Amino acid sequence: MKQLLSSRELILSAAIVVMLGLIATRFPGFVAPGNLADVFNDTSPLIILAIGQMIVILTKCIDLSVAANLALTGMVCAMINVAAPGVPVAVIVFVAIALGALLGAFNGILVWKLDIPPIVVTLGTMTIYRGIIFLISDGKWVNSHEMSDAFKAFPRAEALGLPMLSWLAILMVVIFFVLMTRTTLGRAFYAVGGNPHAAVYTGINVGKSQFWAFVFSGALAGLTGYLWVSRYAVAYVDIALGFELDVVAACVIGGIAISGGIGSVGGAVLGALFLGVIKNALPVINVSPFWQMAISGSAIIIAIAVNTRAGRTKGRIILKKAEHAS
Amino acid sequence: MSSTDRFIPDRLQSPLQQRLKSWETLLLAVAIGIFIANSLASPYFLNAWNLSDATFNFTEKAMIAFAMALLIVAGEIDLSVASIIALASTAMGAAAQVDASTLTLVLVGLSVGLACGAFNAVLVCGMGLPSIVVTIGTMSLFRGISYIILGDQAYRGYPTSFAYFGQGYVFWVISFEFVLFAILAVIYGVILHKTNFGRAVYAIGNNATGALFSGIRVNRVKSILFLLTGLMSGVAAVCLTSRLGSTRPSIGLGMELEVVTMVVLGGVNILGGSGTIPGVVIAAFVMGLVTFGLGLLNVPGIVMSIFIGALLIGVIALPRLWQKWRG
Repeated sequence: MKQLLSSRELILSAAIVVMLGLIATRFPGFVAPGNLADVFNDTSPLIILAIGQMIVILTKCIDLSVAANLALTGMVCAMINVAAPGVPVAVIVFVAIALGALLGAFNGILVWKLDIPPIVVTLGTMTIYRGIIFLISDGKWVNSHEMSDAFKAFPRAEALGLPMLSWLAILMVVIFFVLMTRTTLGRAFYAVGGNPHAAVYTGINVGKSQFWAFVFSGALAGLTGYLWVSRYAVAYVDIALGFELDVVAACVIGGIAISGGIGSVGGAVLGALFLGVIKNALPVINVSPFWQMAISGSAIIIAIAVNTRAGRTKGRIILKKAEHAS
Repeated sequence: MSSTDRFIPDRLQSPLQQRLKSWETLLLAVAIGIFIANSLASPYFLNAWNLSDATFNFTEKAMIAFAMALLIVAGEIDLSVASIIALASTAMGAAAQVDASTLTLVLVGLSVGLACGAFNAVLVCGMGLPSIVVTIGTMSLFRGISYIILGDQAYRGYPTSFAYFGQGYVFWVISFEFVLFAILAVIYGVILHKTNFGRAVYAIGNNATGALFSGIRVNRVKSILFLLTGLMSGVAAVCLTSRLGSTRPSIGLGMELEVVTMVVLGGVNILGGSGTIPGVVIAAFVMGLVTFGLGLLNVPGIVMSIFIGALLIGVIALPRLWQKWRG
């Protein structure tokens, strides 16, 4: 299994390298280190969100509310900044993570305590969170000139040649790689998704693990909310509208099985980078940005087809005809 | 499950008692309650033309919801319906640019819907992929194609007679869309509740493997359901395009959520296996009345979506909370 996983990541890495190579033949500037760092920085929000989504999908759930959570947390951060420009960025980051985790916990509670299917819960909270942004902001925008300089500067601040946004993505990758591979909670996520019944007999609380998955996903969405709003220096109701689909796409492309139990942080990151390279390459190779939606849709379908076919186990044929019909 | 599920009643409940306790009755009571509350809250509510206008809030969505209900009962889901509307509408718009007749436009809309449904069916039933991810993918793909074709442009210039489907009235305040909605409700009710096909849909939703071994062609039934959902999205696209008179790639954005909400609110189990068409019909009226009533009270659309979202979670959560509290 481990070999299969690593090979899947290898294939994806190879696909990204080939893609970069093809672009480089026509536009060598695209693969210059400086530009690649820019592409990584631009993909950082997607990477952070994909890690959270991966954990949720591992436990047989799905979180469609991440983009709405991001937008709501981002708006709250922006409004705090407008109301009290003196509040240090560290506090705002903390508020963003805490609020995001709270919104995620609300999803988690409904899934854990009331057994409501995750897709229903997060479809519902997706619209509720978006609606709340309108309620608290009155539909108004928070614009660049209303935000304090410190608020806007944080994700751009450079250290060792990379902006803070990139460093945060790298930090999250490291933290969650350790969490998923070196802690009991991380292994519990895999156990819950791999075989919930067996997980119960090993003493793992399935619902509680799913709850924590939603909390992590929410916290990461909250963090991204602040980063998004400060990076683009604007907050309004519709920011990151539909972004949850890109996040799910990144996970599916990264080889995370939608039926749960299979996936890795590395896969999620590569899936996000795959989409990120495409998105950044489109304007360079002179394709209208309107193509992006159809391309990520096709990427989801192709990835799920490849992944499902590779992971399928054949059943025994007892009734030849019945098997034929299926 | 707790041990309380296992006791065997020494007397069956009478059919009347059962009906009184059913989800549909509860929903009907809610609908009547909302109707009364609305008529008290706004003096403009009890007006035949206003009420007729209100039906447009749900007729198009309900048409898709009927097919979606069958699909969800069978244990699958189609999240691409709103994107199918966008693609079908774009195709009709393109046809209208070359002066296609109204009949051609309708045929184009329906066949694009059918083709999209067939595409989903091939991926889900032919290749055995999970419908939720497949239709998230086709949701981007179908609308993506609309964006490629239209970009930031819009199609206009539909023939005058095309406007009938979304703006025409059959008799007095009874719109064409409402008549279509009623006819489709009856057709889908008969299909699900009175035919072998309908029984097969329930059987598949409860136990697909068992259904297969009972001689039901599971994949064929599921494929037909995806085709029907695509076709109904095509029908909705005709009505919506005709009503709006123009096509943008963002047409019907987020409508899949409202369709699924309507189905789940109607008492269809999101995990498959149970649900009724009358339930979905009443749910359509409930959602239509809520949005119309809030609209009369000047509540903005996005705030209404909070209500829809809360309704979706609430109707599932409340019975479960009630059960927990009692046992």
